Amino acid sequence: MSTTESRQDIRGPHCVPVTVEINGRGRVVDVEPRVSLLDALREHLGLTGTKKGCDQGTCGACTVWVDGRRVLACLTLAAAAAGHEVTTIEGLADGDELHPMQRAFLENDAFQCGYCTPGQIMSAVKLIEEGNATTDEDISEFMSGNICRCAAYPNIRAAVRQVRDAAGGAA
Amino acid sequence: MRPLTYSRARDVDDALALVAAGPDSAFLAGGTTEVDLLRAGVSRSGHLVDINDLPLTAVEDRPDGGLHIGALARMNDVARAPGVVHRFPAISRALLQGASEQLRNMASLGGNLCQRTRCPYLRDGVSACNKREPGTGCAALDGPNRGHAVLGTSDHCIATHPSDVAVALVAFDAVVHTVGAAGARAIAADDFFLLPGETPEIEHPIGRDELIVGIDVPGTPIARNSVYLKFRDRQSYEFALVSVAAAIEVDAGIVTDVRLALGGVGTKPWRAWRAEAALVGGPATEAAFRRAAAVELADAVGREQNAFKIELAQRAAVRGLNQSLKGIRS
Ligand SMILES: Cc1cc2nc3c(=O)[nH]c(=O)nc-3n(C[C@H](O)[C@H](O)[C@H](O)COP(=O)(O)OP(=O)(O)OC[C@H]3O[C@@H](n4cnc5c(N)ncnc54)[C@H](O)[C@@H]3O)c2cc1C
Ligand code: FES
Ligand code: FES
Repeated sequence: MSTTESRQDIRGPHCVPVTVEINGRGRVVDVEPRVSLLDALREHLGLTGTKKGCDQGTCGACTVWVDGRRVLACLTLAAAAAGHEVTTIEGLADGDELHPMQRAFLENDAFQCGYCTPGQIMSAVKLIEEGNATTDEDISEFMSGNICRCAAYPNIRAAVRQVRDAAGGAA
Repeated sequence: MRPLTYSRARDVDDALALVAAGPDSAFLAGGTTEVDLLRAGVSRSGHLVDINDLPLTAVEDRPDGGLHIGALARMNDVARAPGVVHRFPAISRALLQGASEQLRNMASLGGNLCQRTRCPYLRDGVSACNKREPGTGCAALDGPNRGHAVLGTSDHCIATHPSDVAVALVAFDAVVHTVGAAGARAIAADDFFLLPGETPEIEHPIGRDELIVGIDVPGTPIARNSVYLKFRDRQSYEFALVSVAAAIEVDAGIVTDVRLALGGVGTKPWRAWRAEAALVGGPATEAAFRRAAAVELADAVGREQNAFKIELAQRAAVRGLNQSLKGIRS
């Protein structure tokens, strides 16, 4: 352990309360500073929609939004997310009404085992907002951070196209 | 992961004080290297100083045609800044061909320069690795070494430097600005990356308690014609086997100016000084490009699995120069 001078704002190594806004709700979670946002969501807050594939930034299963940008929860420390707005797959639907991208994944059979799907959907919604869904080539390139072990890629692209085109070609 | 303490720096002085206070403190920017290597047991940091609240995110055009890039500017934001896209397309392309959209939203330019090699022997935590455990040897010398370096290697380390954008920054004479207890320093990007020699564990000429605050790229008109080409085992989301940043200017068939740097083949982002010298004043022909590339790779040392990179790097250099000449951007 470091011998850092005892400043009040030096936190840990034991559990400390971390305040994060998750899906529009302020949440306080008691975690050690070494705990990732992914583990805080899954193990401490019961939000298991966000998946852990590799835990090293290579698969995209843990994709969430922080302050509206898609990022990887496995390489984000929960403590570093304090004070920021986090959106997870659980925050996407409007009550019982699925997000259009969730519906499009169902309608296009855009998964087999479904393990990568929450991450794919969190990425795909942003992909369209980012304006990089114009061609299939671009969809592949800018979704390449989301690996699908079942190789559902053609149907994932179809789901993205459906939402893009329904948005009035505003991609 | 070993236990950690964590603090958030309020400003640059605070960051320096916090990091200096503990012997195992490190800065935390996007965390895409640091958190990964902490979890792998490779990083031994015990205290993280989160620098993400520092106002170092600017990407600015300079009147001389150059750029200022704050250390905390994210890869995506730099890649898509209009001044970067138009004045330094190779920097933009290098960034956009690195990692994934999610990682590029997280990763900072300061962190990018400090990222560690992807050498599997460093990452596995057990193999002989002079970078991780000085004196243990280098398992890559005789082990699987397809991804390893052929330029700038030593008997102590043949790990490849993984950054894409650093290749473009080195090509355009970027300068890395730091602050530390001893004051501010400006370090040429080419000098920011050290050859392994006998001390592969020392990768940069800055102390653990020195903060990168920004990167300046001088005005470089030739960079408007620059290209960055990346050759890899899969089309996206993969590190380079070989990459090239190239920009060339030709007058009446004669090369008047040229910038060339290689990635994926060197123990550091590799400025091809010798090839540049061989080209300037000579004809801008494919044969001349080929000869210059051969000059650059003349001292390359290939091993069992990576010798193919010596030829691949030359072909990549020739293609990069050709595409810059003809204005083909990717
Ligand atoms: C799956 C994967 C794929 C990748 N693919 C590519 C690729 O294709 N091309 C590529 O170029 N990169 C690639 N990367 C690497 C990525 O670009 C780097 O991890 C990232 O740029 C590091 O930036 P960061 O802000 O996350 O740094 P951090 O992880 O926060 O920090 C990295 C290191 O730098 C130090 N540091 C950070 N900021 C400063 C500062 N301002 N001053 C001094 N020290 C500092 C930290 O203490 C730490 O030691 C990939 C990474 C992953 C995980
Ligand atoms: S679990 Fe985060 S990228 Fe794989
Ligand atoms: S549906 Fe199985 S991993 Fe994508």
